[in-house]
Amino acid sequence: MSRRALAIAGTLAVAAACYVLLIWLPRWTSRATTGAAAAPSPVAPAPPGRKIKARLFYVAEDGMRLTSVERDIAYGDSAVEQAREIVAAQIAPVVEPLVSAVPPNTTLRAVFITEGGDAYVDLSREVVSAHPGGTSNELLTVYTFVNALTTNLPAVTAVQMLVEGKELDTLSGHIDLRRPLAKNLAWVQ
Amino acid sequence: MNVRPLPLFSAAATVAFLIALAAALSSQTAQPPSLTLLSKDGRRALPLAMAGDQELVALDDLATTFQLAVREESLGALTVSYKGKTILLTPEQALASVSGRLISLPAPPTRSGRRWLVPVEFISRALALIYDARLDLRKASRLLVIGDLRVPRITVRYDALGASGRLTVDATPRAQGTVTQEGDRLTVRFDADALDVPTPPLPFQGLQSLVQSVRVVDPTALTIDLAPRLGGFRATSQPVDTTMRLVIDLLAAQADSATTQPAPPQPPPDLPPAFAQPASAIHTIAIDPGHGGDDEGVRSAEGTKEKELTLAVARRAKAVIEARLGLRVLLTRDDDRNVPIDERASIANNNKADLFISLHANGSMRPATTGAAIFYAAFDRDAAQTATPGADGRVPTFSGGSRDIELVPWDLAQTRHLERSAAFADLVEQQFHDRVPLSAHPIDRAPLRVLESANMPAVLVEIGYLTNPDQARLLTGDAFQNALVLALLDAILKFRDTLTTKSVSENDEHALSRPAPPARNGPNTQVVPREARLPGAREALLGRAPGGTP
Repeated sequence: MSRRALAIAGTLAVAAACYVLLIWLPRWTSRATTGAAAAPSPVAPAPPGRKIKARLFYVAEDGMRLTSVERDIAYGDSAVEQAREIVAAQIAPVVEPLVSAVPPNTTLRAVFITEGGDAYVDLSREVVSAHPGGTSNELLTVYTFVNALTTNLPAVTAVQMLVEGKELDTLSGHIDLRRPLAKNLAWVQ
Repeated sequence: MNVRPLPLFSAAATVAFLIALAAALSSQTAQPPSLTLLSKDGRRALPLAMAGDQELVALDDLATTFQLAVREESLGALTVSYKGKTILLTPEQALASVSGRLISLPAPPTRSGRRWLVPVEFISRALALIYDARLDLRKASRLLVIGDLRVPRITVRYDALGASGRLTVDATPRAQGTVTQEGDRLTVRFDADALDVPTPPLPFQGLQSLVQSVRVVDPTALTIDLAPRLGGFRATSQPVDTTMRLVIDLLAAQADSATTQPAPPQPPPDLPPAFAQPASAIHTIAIDPGHGGDDEGVRSAEGTKEKELTLAVARRAKAVIEARLGLRVLLTRDDDRNVPIDERASIANNNKADLFISLHANGSMRPATTGAAIFYAAFDRDAAQTATPGADGRVPTFSGGSRDIELVPWDLAQTRHLERSAAFADLVEQQFHDRVPLSAHPIDRAPLRVLESANMPAVLVEIGYLTNPDQARLLTGDAFQNALVLALLDAILKFRDTLTTKSVSENDEHALSRPAPPARNGPNTQVVPREARLPGAREALLGRAPGGTP
C-alpha cells in the first residue's frame, strides 16, 4: 500500500515538475522578456516629467519663411533619442495659428547620427505622397527638419532626409536631398 | 503671293491620283461611322457597326476588299484565307489563330443576321500578319492605310502671343510642308500622298485670333483662313524626333512695327555670325517647363495644374523669343511627359545653351501668399564636401600630343556660373517690376536640383502661387502670360548686352579670359557624369562657390 502511495506521490511530483518546467516557467520567462523589451522605449529611461526646451519650426505668416517657437519636449538621454524626441514633436499635428510645413500623417521611422555630425531622418512615405508641391513648400518642409535638429542639438551639423529607409532626390521636384544639408537660418524669419 | 519653295514630289500620275482623292475627301463627312481605306487605287469607305464602344467591321466587306476567302466550318469556326494563309476565328472567343499563332482581340466575332462582324482591330492584329501589303490602322482617325503610302498624321496648335500668334503644325512621320499665301489665306501643302487630320484640325480660337479656321480642302494640303489684320508671316520647319514641325509666326498688321523695334537684327540661328560682326553672347536658350506627366506639381483649388501652366508659358516664351530675337530656344519638354531632372540639364548642356530658365508655379501652406520669385542655385559648402570630387585632366589627342580638358563634376556644374546667374536673376526681377506681381522675397537662393547641373547661367522662375485663388486665375490669363514673357524677353536682351560689354562678373576669370560666348561650354569644357568624377578640381570649384545662404 505504502508502495502504491509512494508511486502516486512520485507521479504527482513528476507531473508538478512537468507543469513547472513546461508551462509555468515559459510563461513567466516570456512575461519577463516582454517587460524588458518595453523598457528601452525612447521615453522610458528619462525620469517621468523631465523636459528640455527646444525650438520648433513652423510656416511663418508670409508663407515663404519659417518661424520658430520654443516648446517643452521630453528629455532623451542620448543624442539619437533626443533627436527622435525633437522630430516627433516637430511632426506632431498643430492647431492654428501654427501651420506645419510637414505633410499630415508623416511619421518618424528612425533617426541616425554619424560621428561626423550628419543626422539621417527616416520618415514615412506620406512626407512625399502628401506633399502639396511648390518650391516654397518644399524648402520649408526640408528646412523644418534641418533647422530643428541643427538648432537644438550641437552634435548635429547637417541633416539628410530619407523616406522609407531610402535616399531620395527631391521631395516634390525641387530641393536636392542627395546630401545632408547644413543649418540655414536664412529660411527663418 | 509669298512662296516658300520646298521639294516637289509629284509626277503627273500622282497629281491625277491626288485630284481624285481630293474629290473623295471633300465628300468625307459621312455621318454613319465608317473606316476610310486609303490605297494607291484611291479612297473608299467601309461601313462600321458599333457594339457599345467597340467598332466592328463585316467579314464580308473585308473579304471583298482584300480578296479573302471566308468559310464557316461545321463546328461553328470561321476560317479566313488569303493566298494559302489562314486565320481561324471561334464565335464567343476574343481570340484568333493566325497561321497557328494565337492573337487576342478586344471582342469575339458576332453574328448580325447573315453576316459575321469582327472588331476593327482584327485588321491590324490578324489580317496584317497574312496580307502581303502593309496595313496601317489609325483607329483614332478611323483610317486604314494600305501599302506604302505616305500619310502623316497632322496636328495643329495655335498660341496667341499678344496681337501676334504662332501656328505649329506637326507632321508625323516627317513630311515637308510648303507654305504659300494668297490674300487672307495660307496653304500648307505636304510632301505626302494624303493626310491624317483630326476633325476639326483646330478648335475655334476666338475672334481675337489671327487664325479664323483651318480646313482640309485638298488631300495633301491644309488651308488656313486668316484674320484681315495679318501683317506678315514667317515659316520655319525643323525635325523633332519622327515629326517634322512647321512653325508659322503670324504678325498682326498694327503690331508689326512694334515687333521689329526692340530686337536688333540677328543672323538666323543656324548660320554662323558674319566675320566682321562681334559674336553675340547668347545663341541658344533652354527653357524648362517644370514637372510633367504623372508629376503634376502644384494644383490650384480650381484644378489648374502646374505642369500645364508651365508648358503653356514655356511655349509662349519660345515663340516670342524666337520670333523677336531670332535666338534658338529649346524646350526640355514640349508635351505632357515626365522628364527626369538630370535629363533637363542634359538637354541644355548637350545643346550648348547659353542660358537656362526653369519655369514653375509656386505653392504655400498659407493661401494668402502671392507673387513671383526668381531663384538661383545655392551650394551648401559642408554638403558639397561630401560629394565625390572631380578633376581637370590631360587627354591624348589624335595627333599624338595631349591637351588639357576641364572636367566639371555633373552636380557642381553651376558653381562656375553663379555670378552670372545672380546677375540674370537681378535683371529678371527688374523687368518684372510693374509687370509681374513679385513676392515679398523676389530673389532667393536654394539648393535646387535642376539648376545644379546646368553648365550655363541658370535661374528658376516661380511665376506666382497657384495656392492663392486670385493668383491662380491671374496666372492662367493671356494678359499675365504675355506680360511675363515680354519681361523675360527684355531681361534676356539686357543680359545679352551686359555679356557683350563684359560688365558682369569682373571676378570671374572665365568671363575675362574668353572672348567667345562666356556662358557656353567651351571646346575644352566637358561636364562629366557623377560616376566618372576624378579627384582634384572640387576644391577649386568650392573655393569659387559662395555658401548656401539665400
